[in-house]
Amino acid sequence: MHCYSKKTILLLALLLGGQSAVAGVLPDDRTDFLYHRYEGGGVLIDGPSVLVRKKVGKSVSFVGNYYVDSVSSASIDVVTTASPYSEERKQHSLGMDYLRGNTTMTLGYTSSVESDFDATTYSIGISQDMFGDLTTLSLSYAYGDDIVGRSDDPLFERENTRQHYGVGLTQILTRNLITSLNFETITDEGFLNNPYRSVRYLDSSTPIGYSFEPELYPGTRTTNAIGLRARYYLPWRAALQTEYRFFDDTWDIRSHTAAISYTHPWRDFTFEVKYRWHDQTGAHFFSDLFDRAEATTFRGRDKELSPLTSQTVKMSAAYEFLDDGWSFLDRGSVTLAVDLLHVDYHDFRDIRGSEPPGTELLYQLDAYVFQLFFSFWY
Amino acid sequence: MRQAWRMDMNTSKFSRMLLAMAVLASLSACSGIEPWVKPYERDRLADPIMFLDGDPVSTAYIQHVFEAREGARGGEGAAGGGCGCN
Repeated sequence: MHCYSKKTILLLALLLGGQSAVAGVLPDDRTDFLYHRYEGGGVLIDGPSVLVRKKVGKSVSFVGNYYVDSVSSASIDVVTTASPYSEERKQHSLGMDYLRGNTTMTLGYTSSVESDFDATTYSIGISQDMFGDLTTLSLSYAYGDDIVGRSDDPLFERENTRQHYGVGLTQILTRNLITSLNFETITDEGFLNNPYRSVRYLDSSTPIGYSFEPELYPGTRTTNAIGLRARYYLPWRAALQTEYRFFDDTWDIRSHTAAISYTHPWRDFTFEVKYRWHDQTGAHFFSDLFDRAEATTFRGRDKELSPLTSQTVKMSAAYEFLDDGWSFLDRGSVTLAVDLLHVDYHDFRDIRGSEPPGTELLYQLDAYVFQLFFSFWY
Repeated sequence: MRQAWRMDMNTSKFSRMLLAMAVLASLSACSGIEPWVKPYERDRLADPIMFLDGDPVSTAYIQHVFEAREGARGGEGAAGGGCGCN
């Protein structure tokens, strides 16, 4: 089980069911072939993602997605407490949009399977155009059900359930400015920690001065996020986008995320640069080094729950071809995108050295994210 | 105790937001608000460079990466667009 699946099945279900939530207009028919690759911190994850969307009649649009993560992990968590591993996650999604007047209803289903983790999510949404199509209001709900296993224990089986509530408002403010406001609440209940991960605690009986014991997370989590985006059309045919998100949860993680991007078309090319900044506090039960075994009721050492600051720079270039169409195709494009991600952990130490416990250097992560995708409209 | 209080707050906040949205939706049905950006003035918003989520596969993937590397999730707008000008 790798950390991607549990957190993101819901997102994909909502994207597939909800990305078409442009009420009053069904999404364009298109097919995308994406190759993705994440490499950093001893982890390599790559694979394809294929999306096909097609209208049937004037009121219904279907969408399907097939996505694979091939994982090879020797991350700092793995090399310090376990053994490197490889695995594969396959995910299938189906969605449908039904348009009636200015209202679009969406249904979505996503299934993700890996050797020790199964996740299923169902989603439903509705969007309504208002005020002469200047405003779009959308509501969404999703229910997720996960089964967590252990590769070394066939009898180990735990369950999680997850519910998602979303409200979105997209608003045209001027002929050059469009904005969107999104609020999402997600509740989790069940076995929320990673069954393989450990926390460390001071132990003077060992030569290195510390030992490990299994993580133990609370059985519930509720998160709230509110995000605002604004995209502005510049006079020389370019676009500037700003984004901000505030996040807060019952584990005491609170974060601010901001981003700015610039999109510039030139002939058949479209270039984009983006800078993203994220800063968060840590979970109340997170500690890099506990004072003793079973020191607190709940305990975790997942570095993503540590206080941290991340910065990302993105560069992408897209090239459009088949402008005049070919056969049944209207047009196509190929896009190359690279994200450079740097994370500073403020309370997660690199324990691969031999320093005394608690004095090790704070860990830093550098990763690159590569995407190459072809898109065809028809 | 604190978690229970926060969950109550969350439920309450969400209910209030739903109510506000319902009021807004009902207003749209009976109001005579004139669109201040006319349909023929939306050519710039219809330009593909103005789409909030022009590439859904790529958007889903990169949000997936950030959710895996950070402790936060949601609020980034799975639903995009909305200008009704495609």
